[in-house]
Amino acid sequence: MSAPVEVEPTITPDEITLTAKPWVTIVWNDPVNLMSYVTYVFQKYFGYPKKKAEKLMMEVHEDGKSVVSSGTREAMERDVQAMHEYGLWATMDRQE
Amino acid sequence: MSGFHRHRRSKLVIANFTGFEADLLRSLASQLVELLRNEAAVPRDDIDPLEAMLDFSGPTQEPEDPVLARLFPTAYPADDEAASEFRRFTEGSLRDGKANAAITIIDALEEAGLPPELTEDGLMIDVELDVPTAETWMRSFTDLRLALATRLEIEEGDEDYWHALPDDDPRAQAHDIYEWVGYLQETLVLALTD
Repeated sequence: MSAPVEVEPTITPDEITLTAKPWVTIVWNDPVNLMSYVTYVFQKYFGYPKKKAEKLMMEVHEDGKSVVSSGTREAMERDVQAMHEYGLWATMDRQE
Repeated sequence: MSGFHRHRRSKLVIANFTGFEADLLRSLASQLVELLRNEAAVPRDDIDPLEAMLDFSGPTQEPEDPVLARLFPTAYPADDEAASEFRRFTEGSLRDGKANAAITIIDALEEAGLPPELTEDGLMIDVELDVPTAETWMRSFTDLRLALATRLEIEEGDEDYWHALPDDDPRAQAHDIYEWVGYLQETLVLALTD
């Protein structure tokens, strides 16, 4: 039997107050990905209707970036990882 | 060469490649696999040697190779610690996924009759992909195009520059291949949307 190891609390008060605040997944424009492909990925992965997927794709294309999903930090980490699987340039941030 | 299309009755996604084209695709996919497997996690010199040896979990720093840096972007641009943690937990499986996707292309081409060494003239390689496999090809085409574009330093709206290069310039030839994979991918997306 081993004695339990004392661990430092990993959540700081600052983080506790902020956990309620949703996070966002941002997809950035790149000169490589095809517009049709980006639209396909937004439909396929997020289940967005074609119109919404196209609107987000055009935001990425014209504004340089678009917020494509929002939610908990864990959910956004999953979305960012999925975007990287598809070769899209995605980052995450706290919602502004 | 007419790219991919959806077979009406079987719903399979089909394409016919010349032996040369199939060999070229296999070569691109193989190079990607090699890159993904060869540059192991960037060595960490910020921790003591014992700790480094015991750390099997995954890389924490951005890869040095610019292609790998593009394939595995930093998820938290403003938070180095969170970015490292994200990388530690995701980069290994992302690498495996991308390598396996490229291997799916190689395997399908070889199953369709592409020999280990292409010697025969006039060989045609017909591939028939079910939808999940076609989606894997589509994803891997993105990785191939990102790799080529990063090596060529392609930028938004620079088509005129590339088309003005003399035909015998190796960069022009590489750019032609990049555009060809883009064409294949575009037809593949259309076939999957069909």
